[in-house]
Amino acid sequence: MFKITIDNIEIQVEEGATILQAARMIGGKVVPPAMCYYTKLMGSGGKCRSCLVKVVKGSAKDPRPISKLVASCSTPVQDGMVVENNISAEVREARKGIVEFLLLNHPLDCPVCDQAGECDLQDLSYSFGMEETNTREPRREYTDVDIGPLIKLHMNRCIHCFRCVLTAEQLTKKRAHGMLYRGDTMEISTFIQTAIDNDFSGNMIDVCPVGALTDKTFRFKSRVWFLNPMDAHRECSKCNGKVTAWMFGNEIYRITGCKDEFGEVEEFICNECRFEKKDINAWVIDGPRKIKRQSVISGNHYEHLKKGSIIHPIEGTTEPQE
Amino acid sequence: MTGLTKRSKVVSNRKMSFWEKIYLPAILNGMWITAGHLFTKKVTIRYPEVKREFSEIYRGKHVLKRDDEGRERCTACGLCAVACPAEAIIMIAAERKPGEEHLYREEKYASTYEIDMLRCIFCGLCEEACPKEAIFLTKEIVRADYKRDKFIYGKDVLVEPMDPAKRIDVSKRQTPEVLEFKKDKDQKHNVQ
Repeated sequence: MFKITIDNIEIQVEEGATILQAARMIGGKVVPPAMCYYTKLMGSGGKCRSCLVKVVKGSAKDPRPISKLVASCSTPVQDGMVVENNISAEVREARKGIVEFLLLNHPLDCPVCDQAGECDLQDLSYSFGMEETNTREPRREYTDVDIGPLIKLHMNRCIHCFRCVLTAEQLTKKRAHGMLYRGDTMEISTFIQTAIDNDFSGNMIDVCPVGALTDKTFRFKSRVWFLNPMDAHRECSKCNGKVTAWMFGNEIYRITGCKDEFGEVEEFICNECRFEKKDINAWVIDGPRKIKRQSVISGNHYEHLKKGSIIHPIEGTTEPQE
Repeated sequence: MTGLTKRSKVVSNRKMSFWEKIYLPAILNGMWITAGHLFTKKVTIRYPEVKREFSEIYRGKHVLKRDDEGRERCTACGLCAVACPAEAIIMIAAERKPGEEHLYREEKYASTYEIDMLRCIFCGLCEEACPKEAIFLTKEIVRADYKRDKFIYGKDVLVEPMDPAKRIDVSKRQTPEVLEFKKDKDQKHNVQ
């Protein structure tokens, strides 16, 4: 077991764990944001640089600091390491730059985008970004590519995190899409525009941190904050059938995987559950899903509080008194 | 003991004198004050012949703006509805079809947009939330009516007319910073 200190909080972690994993074990505000790292996808991480942290003490044996900021998702923990995340002004300044880079070619069409309200890039730029832009140049624009009847690809919004490519590679035997070209002109596409028709291809929507891959069956149907996320399950032969059903009244508008507090799905779900079962009778509704109070999704939703409950607005929890 | 206000008076049971008992001086004094008011300036405004002057930023009936080319600015992003403390706004979005580019500014638009004027408290948070400069409150007041369902204003009432002469000027409602920003035609927000 290694001892690591992140933002003055000490924790013991397994050998080989990364700084990001250690921070997630502490939880709360200590966790660095991650746009490309995804626990369930092998080889993810190290691309977006939004999880940069400052290592002020390399290890107990060699207490020299690491001269540059390191990506916490791919840096293993050393014994006695001391890491600064939010308390370091250098880290906050670096993230401001990262947000600017990620938004260089982002169309900023949040009012139109279906991901708005649950978008990692929105959260990141809200926490660390600037209010205005320095760039005046025209933004990169792609021609529309149709990748099938279920998934809508908006290449303009893509931040090249590779999560969807890794999902297709690791979840299925044959992946039909990949990254073409390099650098600024890099593009997600299918091989000569074949449609993606795999049973688990819908998970690309869940892993996408921005609105580049969205659900075509939910396109422009509603905004996420008008819907009530409910835990639901059904018997499914392909996946475990546990999902979040986004409901408006008695209607299911869309189905997504159950996402944990770091925005990662607990289990990948199949396309039949995601796209075809929009009837409320197909599901057993377990109850409302816990959403952070800070999230816009919990806006205008009222929780039934017991008399004398204590609300913690920062932690987003409610506890009954007596 | 000091009173709570300066105007409080101590009540006494003092016996009234003869002049006070006949009340005539008090009545005459009261009539003198009443007569004096006949010659002061009248405060009544004879609506509807005369209308009271409204502030430039009076918060009355809403308008859904069109841009310079007559396209609807609203993209049904739902921020006004989530900002609304009275939950008066309901909208349904739709996708713009090819050939409707002259009607709607962006690929998504509001096919239904309803404001319940009985719920609305005219706070102006919707226009503050709007990222597209689409909704504004105007100097026009909401008319009274006999039926409740007449107060649910749909797009037929809210969207401003296509005719450039009948457009509603909202520049007074925008801060100098916004007006300055709108001059910058390099920004995509200002040209499209």
